[in-house]
Amino acid sequence: MSESTSTTARETQIRAEVRAWLEDNWDPNLSLHEWRNRLIDSGWGCASWPEQWYGKGLSVGLGAVVDDEIRQFGAVSVAKAGVRMLAAATILEHGSDLHKEKFLRPLLTGEDTWCQLFSEPGSGSDLAGLTTRADFDGEHWVINGQKVWTTSAHHAQYGMLLARTNWDVPKHQGMTYFLIEMEQPGVEVRPLKQMNGHASFNEIFFTDAKIAPEFMVSTEGNGWKVAMTTLAHERRLADGIRSWARGEKGSGRVFDELRAEIATVMEPYKWYPQRAGRVDLLLERAKATGRINDPVVRQAIAEVLIKAKAAEWTGRRVKAAHALGRPPGPEGSLGKLAGSQVARLAAHAHTLIAGGEAMLAGDDGAMNGLISEILVSVPAESIAGGTDEIQRNIISERSLGMPKEARTDIDRPFRDVPRNTVS
Amino acid sequence: MPMQFSFTDEQEAFRLSVRRFMEDKSPTTEVRKLMATPEGYDPAVWRQMSQELGLTGIHIPERYGGQGFGFIELCMVMEEMGRAVFCAPYFSNVLAATAILEAGTESQKQALLPALADGSRLATLATTEAPANWSAETTETTAEQNDSGFRLNGSKTLVVDGHTADLLIVLARSPGTSGAYGLSLFTVAGDSVSRRLLNSLDETRKLAQIEFDNTPAELLGELHGAGITMPRILDQAAVALASESVGGAQKMLDSALEYAQMRMQFGRPIGSFQAIKHKCADLLLEVELAKSTAYYAAAAVAENAQDLPAVASLAKACSCDTYMKAAQECLQIHGGIGFTWENDTHLYFKRAKSSQVFLGDPNYHRDQLVLRWEA
Repeated sequence: MSESTSTTARETQIRAEVRAWLEDNWDPNLSLHEWRNRLIDSGWGCASWPEQWYGKGLSVGLGAVVDDEIRQFGAVSVAKAGVRMLAAATILEHGSDLHKEKFLRPLLTGEDTWCQLFSEPGSGSDLAGLTTRADFDGEHWVINGQKVWTTSAHHAQYGMLLARTNWDVPKHQGMTYFLIEMEQPGVEVRPLKQMNGHASFNEIFFTDAKIAPEFMVSTEGNGWKVAMTTLAHERRLADGIRSWARGEKGSGRVFDELRAEIATVMEPYKWYPQRAGRVDLLLERAKATGRINDPVVRQAIAEVLIKAKAAEWTGRRVKAAHALGRPPGPEGSLGKLAGSQVARLAAHAHTLIAGGEAMLAGDDGAMNGLISEILVSVPAESIAGGTDEIQRNIISERSLGMPKEARTDIDRPFRDVPRNTVS
Repeated sequence: MPMQFSFTDEQEAFRLSVRRFMEDKSPTTEVRKLMATPEGYDPAVWRQMSQELGLTGIHIPERYGGQGFGFIELCMVMEEMGRAVFCAPYFSNVLAATAILEAGTESQKQALLPALADGSRLATLATTEAPANWSAETTETTAEQNDSGFRLNGSKTLVVDGHTADLLIVLARSPGTSGAYGLSLFTVAGDSVSRRLLNSLDETRKLAQIEFDNTPAELLGELHGAGITMPRILDQAAVALASESVGGAQKMLDSALEYAQMRMQFGRPIGSFQAIKHKCADLLLEVELAKSTAYYAAAAVAENAQDLPAVASLAKACSCDTYMKAAQECLQIHGGIGFTWENDTHLYFKRAKSSQVFLGDPNYHRDQLVLRWEA
């Protein structure tokens, strides 16, 4: 009790400090970069970062309080969402002073955009089976291979690259983590068109692309450990994207530039709500079309409501337990799998409601094609960010303590592990 | 628990004490012994449970002799009893007490509830008349009023513990009425009716058929008040049954996991095969989701939430379907041994099957959910 009281007092004090600083410094007529540089210099932009790197060394919780105060004040924050924050977290934890000096500020101002170069056509669920190679030619690391599912690569300045540097050790020990410049002759970025017609991701082809030795992160062969830091932050990414996308209504130069930035960053994510099934539309659609009078349709809608509400309440249980400082129970690992099921059930219910209209898309389809976009976007939900099958492995092994599947790929040099042939 | 979405430390300690009592008094050896008797319970354990632990009066206010806890604590008890397939006329007593609390006059509450709270009197609720019909509105049993009071005519079925109850709370209608109008609740002495213990699929849940033949009855609460009170009583009953079911479902998951770790085939525990691991992961998801609905619904009752009717149906459909699925998968993971009488899985499987349809099958409640949503 006393702890929470003192936390509250500290919060109040910090909110007051932030507000006082904003009152003296906030100016919507600055350029976005000018304003963000000012915010970065103050330490309030990333208050949970260390003091020597643009922060104030506050806890993550208090950092969120600062962000909330900036939002409530109506000021613009640093460019604190999206893939760039994965890069920031990785660089803060594993990067050299050179990396921090060179990359952190332009990342926070929004000048530099980042992409994550992990997945490959030959290694999806099995990330550690990647075959993009990095060979040292005495002067540079030379990169050859192919990456895929790379969001925002077409306008990224830098990429977080995981590549194989040693083929004679077991798979997890032979990877190295690099920060690569995307705008160079050996890097080709091609959009990857999805079954729903959007192209939110890219394929990247490396042909003798070059990286200077100082842009290796951590040490040679330690790439898997560094990549785990990046992936640990990936879960928070979606929340950041959503809060960023709430849109800013203010006026002044800083807001004009911010709106342009949001439009660019959000472009790849515009179909994501449809991917999750748009449960919010079901009852309204069923009533509007009269399909609610069909008991079979009502059953389908009920199945969705049950699973969606149960998943929502389970999420609230997880948060409540966390807030009470209780150890996380098995329910914490279930959200992703629940989301897949909700999405599929919702797509089924939308299909029943639409009837023959489900055969049409675009302007001719229901709700100007929104419903058809749901139907052809939902399949991504059970694949992206870890397939349902991988989720079930994780749940059964970590939450339920079941034995691991016997493996035949980690007890020998990677060179000897059977793998896909990439043409 | 909710709307804070967590139980307090005191509630968790209470749960633990109930669980210990169940583990001590209701191992499956005891369950098997009791389910084979016509009474279906151990009076000594019932006394201890009622008088020492106060479980029979848990949600009855202190002024009526109860413990004065809320519906959340009641549902925690139901969950733990479900986990142990506990054999006792507990749920029937809860149904009767809930009916009296919802419908009875102040003096009736004072007169009737203390004996239910201390377990000295057994009571149940008799509403159902046809196995496929759970709505109160289709009631045909009549209550005719004359100078000497009310007389009931008709029959009730699937009455839980109806063969041992000292007191029956009976739903009946005035002659010539139909639908929700004309419905009232009555109290009837258990020994004044002709009743028959039915052969139940789930032997741990005793069910009776009851015939009323000019049976004297006393009005409980207001005449024609049951059109309003019955839906509320049935919502609470559905939530309590959902709570019992998530307790059983968790037990089935625990049992499946334990067996999967232990059972060796092809030189390794079967729990190391993805076919089994993925089944268990799916089951964990189902069970945790169902718990969330049961807990949320219990809180909705406790807080008298506006969305209770929809939430009660949601929790009933979700939890009872999950229990059935958990029992099925637990049996499947056990393989052949799971189909034997000696293995305990069938005790849960049968309770799950019985609970799936009791108080309305999942289709009925899913339909109610949509019709009641935002209504």
